[in-house]
Amino acid sequence: MNKMTGWTGRVLHIDLTSGETTVLAPPEELYLRFIGGRGLAGSFLRPQVKLPWDHPDMPLLLFTGPLVGTAAPTSGRSTVMSRSPLTGTIADSSVGGRLGFQLKRAGWDGIIITGKAQTPSGIEIEEERIRITNASHLSGKTTSAIFNAFADGRRSVAAIGPAAENGVAFSALMVDRHHAAGRTGIGLCFAAKNLKYLTVAGSGKVRVHDRQALLAAREDILRLTAASPVLMGRHGFSCFGTGSLYDLMDSRRMMPTDNFQRTRFEQAGEMNAHAYREAYQPEKYGCMGCHIRCKKIARSGGARGVSMPEFETMSHFTALIGNIDLHLVLTANALCNDLGLDTISTAAALACYRELAGDIDLTPCLLDLVTRIGTAADDLGRALGRGAQDFARARQHEESAMVVKGLELPAYDPRGAYGMSLAYALSTRGGCHLRAYPVSHEILRKPVATDRFTYSGKARIIKIAEDQNAVVDSLSACKFIFFAAGLEEYARAYAAVTGLAATAEDLQNAGERIYYQERIMNAGNGFTAMDDDLPQRFFTEAGSGDESLPIKPLDREAFLAARAKYYRIRGLDEQGRPTPEKITELGLR
Amino acid sequence: MKELAEKYARRLIIAGLAEAPLVCGLEDEIVWNREDDRCAMLAQVIAGMHCNALICAEPAEPYRTILSFLVRKYPIAITPGDCETRTFLHDLPVSSIFSAEAILAHLHRRKSVTVAEAKSLQIVTFGTVSPEQAFVTFSSVCFSAFVLFFADYLADLRASRVTAEEQAAFARAVSLLNPPPAEPPELLRGPFTSENQVIAAMIEAGLYTVGFRLVDSYFGNISCRLDDTVYISQTGSSLDELAGCIDPCPLDGSSCAGITASSELVAHNEIYLRKASRTILHGHPPFAVILSMDCDVADCPNRGQCHVRCSLARFIRDVPIIPGEVGTGPTGLCHTLPPAITNRRGAIVWGHGLFTTGTTDFNEPFSNLLDIENMCRQEYFARIRAATDQKNKN
Repeated sequence: MNKMTGWTGRVLHIDLTSGETTVLAPPEELYLRFIGGRGLAGSFLRPQVKLPWDHPDMPLLLFTGPLVGTAAPTSGRSTVMSRSPLTGTIADSSVGGRLGFQLKRAGWDGIIITGKAQTPSGIEIEEERIRITNASHLSGKTTSAIFNAFADGRRSVAAIGPAAENGVAFSALMVDRHHAAGRTGIGLCFAAKNLKYLTVAGSGKVRVHDRQALLAAREDILRLTAASPVLMGRHGFSCFGTGSLYDLMDSRRMMPTDNFQRTRFEQAGEMNAHAYREAYQPEKYGCMGCHIRCKKIARSGGARGVSMPEFETMSHFTALIGNIDLHLVLTANALCNDLGLDTISTAAALACYRELAGDIDLTPCLLDLVTRIGTAADDLGRALGRGAQDFARARQHEESAMVVKGLELPAYDPRGAYGMSLAYALSTRGGCHLRAYPVSHEILRKPVATDRFTYSGKARIIKIAEDQNAVVDSLSACKFIFFAAGLEEYARAYAAVTGLAATAEDLQNAGERIYYQERIMNAGNGFTAMDDDLPQRFFTEAGSGDESLPIKPLDREAFLAARAKYYRIRGLDEQGRPTPEKITELGLR
Repeated sequence: MKELAEKYARRLIIAGLAEAPLVCGLEDEIVWNREDDRCAMLAQVIAGMHCNALICAEPAEPYRTILSFLVRKYPIAITPGDCETRTFLHDLPVSSIFSAEAILAHLHRRKSVTVAEAKSLQIVTFGTVSPEQAFVTFSSVCFSAFVLFFADYLADLRASRVTAEEQAAFARAVSLLNPPPAEPPELLRGPFTSENQVIAAMIEAGLYTVGFRLVDSYFGNISCRLDDTVYISQTGSSLDELAGCIDPCPLDGSSCAGITASSELVAHNEIYLRKASRTILHGHPPFAVILSMDCDVADCPNRGQCHVRCSLARFIRDVPIIPGEVGTGPTGLCHTLPPAITNRRGAIVWGHGLFTTGTTDFNEPFSNLLDIENMCRQEYFARIRAATDQKNKN
């Protein structure tokens, strides 16, 4: 009998080779050390992480956290994790929608999927009942087709599209039609198991230790959110979605343009979130348990019901590839979602192709190119589908692949925010903005502003933020709300839910353990300081600044010095590898 | 980091918050603004936290007198009811032991701890990204304590429960108050016709607002309308360092570049759309905040929720007091402030601060800000005298 509150105490193991299911009851100690979500998934990945990504024994993990399904704000999320087919690092995505919520209500803290089904299959979970289905008839179908097939509104649905089935290394897992576990090729990990879809429905209630204390913590968090211009302000995420960052990034000369060859996009003022609002009158839509509702869905403009692009997609499908057709962005985004492609990696691969082709105009053939990638229709589509790094390397122009550890970079040029350069280089899943998200203080001024053009202080800031975000992904909550609230408030929610007398510092310590474990896993697969680095372009070419706002190339020596400081602060050796002393200190032997 | 540590040590002194602060920054090693016997113990505090900055300082007067009294009255935690505490600090923990272990126990939960050991009184705060964060918290602790102390004394006086200790602390704190500034400065004259003029006027007005102690530097906000664009200070910007921290925001919302603008942008916009104002100044002058919280309505059903639910038409002379929380939530001041300030020279938001407007430049709102604060200060002491007289009659 599970005595814990917050957690169900049950993890489901499904072996797709044998079709057998097992119920695991992880020890309480494991929950306390790794919390849930990303942390707990990591602890189940670690024993197998040296296996090839497509080995049948490589686990595919879906985990929720103790706050999921409770009144704690923005805590309806879950983490999908495995080893990345694109990068070879750990692969994980925090995903919204209702997946984590339904899984928890069905009585599961997480699912471990191993093996490989003989035919395309689906997994259907309803409370404690597990069904493995034959999904051959859905093979090759778009994600929209899958969502339409399960459109009863009762279940949460996660599905891969043709891209994953065709071996695209950056294929995404789509959830509840509008949400993506986009990065690192997690969709291909599903395909490797011959798993086309997963549905979950649950109706149980999550047990909470002290409901009144949880409501008090919730009230404090909501008050902080209301005071946040980034989240709830007139130009914030709630009103415009993450696209509200578009104008800001351009005005700060940080918008990656022409495959990061420039950092200013002259047409940005016509392609911003306001322009989308005018064209499509989007409505608010949100993940389960979220009051910010940053997701936007079109209501008009011939696109009713279509997901509006997120900031990264808005930026990369315009500035990065030289497109000034707003509707084309919307259509390309929808096509990527249908095919099950990560929009960031897709656009970045195309930008690499465009640069190597002499900055040709991709606009007339953009949708065709996206389709060729997603369907592996020809040599070019297949080559691009292996990712920008592989594509550029095969053409002896690796310098044109704007990637870190093989993962294509998102839409913040690091020459305009030096903390971001460290965050990209050091991220355990490759070129990712979300591990430390220094844009928060370097651009958005939260919790206070920092000087974006200095490395001073940044090594420790990045380390602290990585730890915080690791535990946020484990609770599981949305990182965006931490523009306003902090672990101080979420520790109270965690304590109220679990009954554990945890402080913000306790959670931060758990985050450090979770993050260090990821460094251990990557080091085990051969990743070293050589991989904690940026594309050469950032050190040799200036951005699009002017006299009043120069955007200089990054200073290589200063970058390396900051990285070395980070290694010391994180307790890594000079090659960025975990040390026995730190492993012992964090209890990670 | 050394430069930042020294900068915020200077700022603490200039702001009248501390006289000999210890400020540290931390990256892969600790740097202090100066050497001190306490550094070794505080290094243990830092080692026990995920932070990159720490401030430890005895608050300057009158905060020292105020906090010395409050920590005896509230030995576990001080809980002021003002907006800063309610929204950001939650409460001000108190410790009686100046040790790494005791300090850590509090800083693991909260942004500050006030340590009162023997005759020593120290405020310890920290930051995770910058010494500025620790500075802001330090400043908030002082402001919140000031507001609570004077509000408590008035309430205690009316209830005839002022102790000798409280009376002595009050007398001492009052004697240590700066005299109220009398004359407003001569600020740049409008109407402004260019962005450069607007920005120069905002920088100047912000500087004076802080200089006159009408706001602690990291709070409050300021804006100016030029044609159909509202220029407004950025969120978390320091009003005395506004250069480069002003966002132009089109009134029609056609650009989101103002996502970094003050959380009160919506309220400012609505005011500009309702009345012929061209400038708005928002400060946190302490006596306006204290008086906004002074309400003796018995058995009010909204007691405890005054900041969001007060339904009474309350005024300090001609200036309305209204409920409303920071930002744009359902109980946000963006809903209550614009109608209240229309046809008024200013409005006070309960437990939060004072907004004033001008039709041409910042001379009018600055003058009103100063005048209303001085009026509130006079009114506060008038209420003290009235309560004293009443007590003597009884």
